Amino acid sequence: MSDLILTSNIEGADDFYAELLTTHEGLETADSNALNARLVLILANHIGDRSVLSQALRAAKLTTEED
Amino acid sequence: MNKIFETPLYPYARHPDADATTPVRHQAIVVGAGPVGLAAAIDLAQQGIEVVVLDDNDKVSFGSRAICFAKRPLEILDRLGCGQPMVDKGVIWNMGKVFFDDRKVYDFNLLPEEGHQRPAFINLQQYYFEEFLIRRVHELQAEGAPIEIRGRNKVSAVGTHPDHVTLEIDTPEGSYNIEADWVIACDGAGSPMRAMLGKDFVGRVFEDNFLIADVVMDADFPTERWFWFDPPFNRGQSALLHKQPDGVWRIDLQLGWDIDKEREKRPENVIPRLKAMLGEDVEFELEWVSIYTFQCRRMEQFRHDRVIFAGDAAHQVSPFGARGANSGLQDTDNLIWKLKLVMDGKAPESLLDSYNDERIHGAEENILNSTRSTDFITPKSEMSRMLRDAVLDLSEHYEFARPLVNSGRLSLPCTYDGSPLNSADALNGPERTRPGSPCPDAPLKDGFLLPKLGDKFTLLTIDAEAPDLIEEDGIEVTRLALSVKDDPTLALKERYLGDATSAVYLIRPDQHVAARRASFDETLFRAAIRRATGKE
Ligand SMILES: Cc1cc2nc3c(=O)[nH]c(=O)nc-3n(C[C@H](O)[C@H](O)[C@H](O)COP(=O)(O)OP(=O)(O)OC[C@H]3O[C@@H](n4cnc5c(N)ncnc54)[C@H](O)[C@@H]3O)c2cc1C
Repeated sequence: MSDLILTSNIEGADDFYAELLTTHEGLETADSNALNARLVLILANHIGDRSVLSQALRAAKLTTEED
Repeated sequence: MNKIFETPLYPYARHPDADATTPVRHQAIVVGAGPVGLAAAIDLAQQGIEVVVLDDNDKVSFGSRAICFAKRPLEILDRLGCGQPMVDKGVIWNMGKVFFDDRKVYDFNLLPEEGHQRPAFINLQQYYFEEFLIRRVHELQAEGAPIEIRGRNKVSAVGTHPDHVTLEIDTPEGSYNIEADWVIACDGAGSPMRAMLGKDFVGRVFEDNFLIADVVMDADFPTERWFWFDPPFNRGQSALLHKQPDGVWRIDLQLGWDIDKEREKRPENVIPRLKAMLGEDVEFELEWVSIYTFQCRRMEQFRHDRVIFAGDAAHQVSPFGARGANSGLQDTDNLIWKLKLVMDGKAPESLLDSYNDERIHGAEENILNSTRSTDFITPKSEMSRMLRDAVLDLSEHYEFARPLVNSGRLSLPCTYDGSPLNSADALNGPERTRPGSPCPDAPLKDGFLLPKLGDKFTLLTIDAEAPDLIEEDGIEVTRLALSVKDDPTLALKERYLGDATSAVYLIRPDQHVAARRASFDETLFRAAIRRATGKE
């Protein structure tokens, strides 16, 4: 079982962030939301590891308690 | 039009039981002659148990109901002597298409695993399904088996006693009482038996209506399952098209919650909807139109002393995934051999509690799957719709998203993991044949594996030695000796040995694995037989 990486892990973080914003540029909110939903699914599939995915879902909730 | 569903197949006839001064006692009574009650009764009669089936009707199923029957129930029907006519009449299918909005997003082929006698699925109208079961009942009667169906015999009251059950029955000529050692309640989703015993349940009702139409048409649509999410002809809703025998097509149209059912059912409203779906110039004739709402729920306990519930009476799911009748047949498959042993005094009554445990496990699995399909088809929030649509959009371009599309996860038999009848797994063998699993079929040089397992306890040895017959406290177990060489395709090896070089399996009468090891060990297998029959 691997652990979710929660320390900096993207080389060229600023470039990535800019690319993320560019991808959304000019989109209506609904289309942006749909794009984000597709992105989540694509990334989740790439990760694959169910336990890492569960950890990521919990981390995204920003709750402090375990589980 | 004189169709099978309009013909009384077991018309009412006055029975001498109605004139008896004291109620006549029967070994077993089955309430309800639907698919599940008929399967239960055939199984009982084949085991030599005297059985009476009571039904408030005298015909096969009315309206559009089950069409899709899966491999495991077909294998069970083989054991009941009526699998072949169903497969011969049914439409075998493997292909499908998924549409989203105005476009096809992908096609699929279920690519069923090779080396099974029965196909993954057939489509067959429920009325044919029941007709074949009734024919089998008549065949058994002709052979002298103690089985009868009493039409227009409606159970109107039930009394439970420590060693029997009494039933009051209403007929066109008045009512009478009978008794039974055991009653199997297969009286459907609305189960009066459940209500009469005060065991009614609540569950999750899906706030949605489905228009289910069976249409007869001469169309050149292929034999595929077509499923639409949010199509132009049924905006915001779903639709399904699937082929049945005799040029009949099943159409499901989701309608939403706030509708006027009576209005929607009228042909002048149904026909334009269907034309929008099928094309203006397709000629068709309506066979049935019904509107259903669906529920996912189960009884807390399936056994209430000597009344045992099976099929829709015990549990209900939405039809996406074809789990209703399919799982009901697995109920009776699980129950009847146990009941037979208890009736013969060869197993303690507590063996029947394992029916409760194992089939509740099965019902939970079906309810979970069916709830998930329903949530995908009818997203419950804006975000779940957004994620659902994202899955569908991605599925058009990338293979990874297709397994996430859920328009019904088609019925598979469940593995009784954790059942009290299982012995610990003692073989380094494949997952799919661990204790609790339904035995997968395999092609042998002289026929298929499952028919050889039959409906008795079997000791399956693969390249291993064992006695030809073991008797343990009244339970006879006969050996079926095989070698990996008996199956040149190596499916037997792959399904039952994996990395092991030999194996001995104890297989229950319902063809589920009770125990397995690499070689025979008398003490351990005797213990496994006791365990599988509720004796330890
Ligand atoms: C639209 C639709 C599609 C479906 N598709 C599928 C599918 O593709 N595959 C699948 O496996 N399942 C499907 N199902 C589910 C399937 O139809 C049911 O699960 C199945 O009929 C249950 O069988 P049963 O014998 O338990 O109950 P039923 O078929 O309901 O039979 C109950 C019987 O009990 C009798 N009865 C009731 N009360 C009394 C009484 N008081 N006394 C005597 N008799 C009584 C009734 O007359 C009836 O004959 C579908 C259902 C619907 C509605």
